[in-house]
Amino acid sequence: MSRVLLIEDDRAVREGVTLTLRRRGHEVEAAATGEAGLAALGAFRPDLILLDLMLPDVSGFEVCRRIRATQQLPIIMLTARGDDIDVVLGLEAGADDYIVKPARGEVLEARIRAVLRRAAPADGGPEAAARPAEVHGDLVVDRAGLVVTKHGKDLALAPSEMKLLLHLSATPGRVHSRQQLLEHVWEHSYHGDARLVDACVMRLRTKVEDSTRSPRYIQTVRGFGYRFGPL
Amino acid sequence: MRRFGARRPDDRRRPAGARKPALRTLARGLRARLVVAFLLVAALSALATAALTFREARTAILQRTQDTAVNALRGQVNSQAPDLSYPPGTAGLAKFAANLNRAGEAAQHWVVHVRYGDGPMVPSLRPGEDAAIGTGVRKKVQAGIAAVQRVETEGRPWLVIGLPVTFSNNTKPSGVEVFARVPLREDEANVQALVDAAQSGALPAVALAVVPALIAAGGVLRPVRELRRGAQRITEGALDTRLKVTGRDELAELSRTFNGMAAALEENVAELRRMEANARRFAADVSHELRTPLAAMTAVVDVLDEDAATLDPDTAHAVRLISEETGKLARMVEDLMEISRFDAGAAALHLDEVDVAETVRKTLQARNWQDEVEADLPDGVRARLDTRRIDVVVANLVGNALRHGGAPVHVAVRADRTAERLLIEVADQGPGIDPEVLPHVFDRFYKADAARVRSEGSGLGLAITLENVRLHHGTIRAANRPGGGAVFTVDLPLRTGGDEE
Repeated sequence: MSRVLLIEDDRAVREGVTLTLRRRGHEVEAAATGEAGLAALGAFRPDLILLDLMLPDVSGFEVCRRIRATQQLPIIMLTARGDDIDVVLGLEAGADDYIVKPARGEVLEARIRAVLRRAAPADGGPEAAARPAEVHGDLVVDRAGLVVTKHGKDLALAPSEMKLLLHLSATPGRVHSRQQLLEHVWEHSYHGDARLVDACVMRLRTKVEDSTRSPRYIQTVRGFGYRFGPL
Repeated sequence: MRRFGARRPDDRRRPAGARKPALRTLARGLRARLVVAFLLVAALSALATAALTFREARTAILQRTQDTAVNALRGQVNSQAPDLSYPPGTAGLAKFAANLNRAGEAAQHWVVHVRYGDGPMVPSLRPGEDAAIGTGVRKKVQAGIAAVQRVETEGRPWLVIGLPVTFSNNTKPSGVEVFARVPLREDEANVQALVDAAQSGALPAVALAVVPALIAAGGVLRPVRELRRGAQRITEGALDTRLKVTGRDELAELSRTFNGMAAALEENVAELRRMEANARRFAADVSHELRTPLAAMTAVVDVLDEDAATLDPDTAHAVRLISEETGKLARMVEDLMEISRFDAGAAALHLDEVDVAETVRKTLQARNWQDEVEADLPDGVRARLDTRRIDVVVANLVGNALRHGGAPVHVAVRADRTAERLLIEVADQGPGIDPEVLPHVFDRFYKADAARVRSEGSGLGLAITLENVRLHHGTIRAANRPGGGAVFTVDLPLRTGGDEE
């Protein structure tokens, strides 16, 4: 199935999550500290990281930032609180999604699958692969190869950022509400946390826009949501 | 003195009594009363002083005039009487009187009448002047006693002196009586001058009394005003308000007492707040600590559920029970965390403009309630809501209605665009809510029946619902419908526009 790196300091939670994920066919490597998790990164080469925010040594935010500095693999935060600054900071640090503890095995499984789908190319069949890359201003979007370049340089986009950009740029000029984006990009329920969308848009803008103050590609439509362009 | 750093309320409401005083209250105020009292005292003192001075002075002046006149008359009579033949005739009396008149003309301006025995006055009194020499004086003189009387004749004050003339060798009265009328006009003028002086002195004195009155009033009023301001600030929540204590009088004592009271109050409130914060933190910490073991348990319950079928019946039953209760425990801890977030004021509102009908529909769909709920959801109603919280509100109310009233539950959304209100109604067909329970339905852990049967939920569902509605600046009401069944009405402000809180 997939290789999951779990970084969690509490032994019982570590064992419980490992157990339930292994039962679901995942290969799990568990680390008790941030440093150990970062060390395991190279050897284990995970497809996805489950990261507890409340770690004893290096904080979850720091681990998240360090991973994002070099890699764009999916990161899901495990948080004890879903309603405070932790989530916002974690999302700013580059996490793709978060799960509030306690969570059942099936919830973990559903989130993991959704995030992995974001990182995988869209199933467009053979004709999709032959589709030429789209050009939007300075951006070149290759949907089949999941590559976005700006001025010829590849942009390092995390799975959520990539999926969001692809989803918005598919219909330039059309407004998408936050709740719609949550359903499509994050596969959350309609009543999910809109901060996921906002944080992701912010991160995406820093990578895509010339000026985050006056965004050209991902524009805010006050009271309604976001839209791509029109350029 | 105010130490800065106090938590001051944002809305500086002026409590009643801090209004600008009306004229009538001003007139009844301490300052006015003090000034009036001062003026009265000053006026009374001035009047009393003037009256006493006047009386004493007038008496002294008149006495002196009288003594001078009597002595002069006595002297003149003594020097002139020997020339009077005895018994005197009318001509002799007239001459005697004329001589006396002449003698007193320069100094005393007196008018002298003389008579012998019970004879007529010489020179005779002019008509209308009969009363000029009173009978009292006449009687005394007849009895051989010198007499003095003050009389008013034709509106003018006169001093009437009566002297019996005695023989020089013994003190037997000779029967000759001398009466002199001395005008007192100049003395009146002197006295009038005195009165004027008293008046012109008293008025400025009274007027000047206003100055010390105001100073004294200020001295009393400043601490009183300070006290009022201090009390007002304490009312507004600035419990660190202290007054400056100056002097050692009763007002200073009052200020000191006030400071003591404020300090005690501040201490008590701080203590209460500390205790409350501790209690809250404790509740939050407990919930938080429970979370980690629950996270481990929750992660593995589906492993238990999956394998329960392969275990022996007892073990399977035990395993299912553990799985079930773990879920409930997790929900309860979740609700406790939520409540403690509300209590700590840490609950944030993430507003988004959404389609209300769609939001409610998605809530029903997410819980597979479409078949059990009759929904009346008009299209095109948009409002700024925190969808996650409204989802909790609707889910709690509908879940409650399904548990207690049974299907079909009726959910209706109504927008009142004139009043800018959004109403969400959840009604059931059940037996309704006991009127005694009605006021307590939103209480935490309130159990409707005395048996304290554990309900399906955490006992916090409606309390959380209430808090979520409040966070939206809305209200929620519970009532029984006349046709039977309970109805909960959520009343929210209908706001649109903007995309962030």
